[in-house]
Amino acid sequence: MRGAFTKTLVELAEREPRILLLTGDLGYTVLEPFAERFPNRFFNVGVAEQNLVGVATGLAEAGFLPFCYSIATFISLRPYEFIRNGPILQRLPVRIVGVGGGFEYGPAGATHYALEDVGIMRLQPGLTVIAPADHEQARTAVLATWERPGPIYYRLGKDDRTVVTGLGGRFELGRIQLIHEGAHLLILTMGSIASEVASAAAALADRGISCTVAVVASVNPAPVEDLAALLARFPLALTVEAHYVSGAVGSLVSEVVAERGLGCRVVRCGVRTTPGGTSGSQGYLHHSHGLSSNALVQTALKELEVQRAST
Amino acid sequence: MEREAVQGPPLSSRQIRRIVLDQSKRAHVGHIGSALSIAEIMAALYGHVLHIPDPGDPDRDRFVLSKGHAALAVYAALHLKGWLTAEKLNTFCADGSLLGVHPEHALRGVDFSTGSLGHGLSMGAGAALAARLRHSRRRVFVLVSDAECNEGSLWEAVMFAAHHRLANLIAIIDMNGQQAFGYTDQVLSLTPMAARWRAFGWDVQEVNGHDVAAITETIAGLETASGPPHVLVAHTVFGKGVSYMERQIKWHYWPMSDAEYRQALDEIDATP
Repeated sequence: MRGAFTKTLVELAEREPRILLLTGDLGYTVLEPFAERFPNRFFNVGVAEQNLVGVATGLAEAGFLPFCYSIATFISLRPYEFIRNGPILQRLPVRIVGVGGGFEYGPAGATHYALEDVGIMRLQPGLTVIAPADHEQARTAVLATWERPGPIYYRLGKDDRTVVTGLGGRFELGRIQLIHEGAHLLILTMGSIASEVASAAAALADRGISCTVAVVASVNPAPVEDLAALLARFPLALTVEAHYVSGAVGSLVSEVVAERGLGCRVVRCGVRTTPGGTSGSQGYLHHSHGLSSNALVQTALKELEVQRAST
Repeated sequence: MEREAVQGPPLSSRQIRRIVLDQSKRAHVGHIGSALSIAEIMAALYGHVLHIPDPGDPDRDRFVLSKGHAALAVYAALHLKGWLTAEKLNTFCADGSLLGVHPEHALRGVDFSTGSLGHGLSMGAGAALAARLRHSRRRVFVLVSDAECNEGSLWEAVMFAAHHRLANLIAIIDMNGQQAFGYTDQVLSLTPMAARWRAFGWDVQEVNGHDVAAITETIAGLETASGPPHVLVAHTVFGKGVSYMERQIKWHYWPMSDAEYRQALDEIDATP
């Protein structure tokens, strides 16, 4: 997605001189196409995320559209107050681009995992929050939102190859994207873990269980109406995200169920414990936290059984 | 490359102090000492330095009150400039007012919201970079407190501005030696302040922060078209002009009683 982001931003910057790109010293082998094409509109501000966002706020006040690039956890947590007191409270079009949601920086260790970024960003009503599921959707989402008033948080994945089956690069602000339809189980997901979800749905289909699977990429504005309509049709929904279970899609879905008084039971698949000292590949970590396609299949079967037993 | 302020009547620091006292008393709030210590800096900036044909002019000079808790002194200046009506000024700290203890960008004349220390210089650096990218001669002034230099984020901005040689960025340090819960040299020493900024690559000027002419002339002498960014270490007295507030920690937060208010007015009025 980060490659798709850079490519898309270069295209937009060709026709939009207000676009600037700032990085906190990250993006080696990713941002060069922009840096080389627009050397006077590219700023490596150094390893200083607070200043990165503060400078972007000053630029945005003067009418620029600054994109602030870094690893998701660094650009969301360290300068969080600068994001709030800067572009959010002052309603300025700063774009925060966080790369590597969830465990994408697996071997790098826990300091590099973004497990609460979407949650803390979603708390802010004045911040658009976009978490695409693959690089095609990332491109569509950036094209659909780059000019939107106010600040935006983009949570991007590193992967520029995997495509989520059935998504076809679709994105619409405030809407979900259905990638599969079925009758037995609803699965709602966010970010690049969607490809694991698609695999799990296919495996469940082999066992005669058909799933409706939807991607929530527009986290804020939240697709409340779409979610409510779907949740009203299913007694059981799984939410799947490479994120702590509190704060992001699991919480959003639970809020919709509660606020609309729906009868759907929500099972949140996500990270429930602080990562221990061990690291490993993204696949290993997904499996450890019940987010691999195999683990998701097992959870779905177990919860469907619970559902059957209770009705 | 001096840029002329839009001429108007000179602002009197005594009038600024008077408004600070009146509004603080009416609203029964503190932060009086912090606002009093910048009265001459405000008088110099808004009376002589800032090029602001209109607060909505996109090419105006920018001002960031990074020590946002002294916003009342800015409101006083905006009022004396004619950009803030008495009626609005009198809503200071009232329900639904845009005039809180800390400045809000939504108020005409306030360029950036502040209140959390260590934030303003970064935004100012961005505003200065924006001016360069727009090929504008406009300048950006950021008033920071000395204690604000405790914040690591401030030094990120100091490094950034020096690296990019933002000559159009002028920081002013209200060097009153006090912070909320003690004296700066006792809480977290900032000495030597000037040498620290100089070591980071800034042009450093030391000035009496209660001398409007000195502040004005020092700024007029700065090269803002090229070269390093500038900082004025403005030596001030916390609570300046009210004897019982001067250099007293209590007056960071404390509101005035009726008797204290009357004494303060007497002392301000007796000032030449």
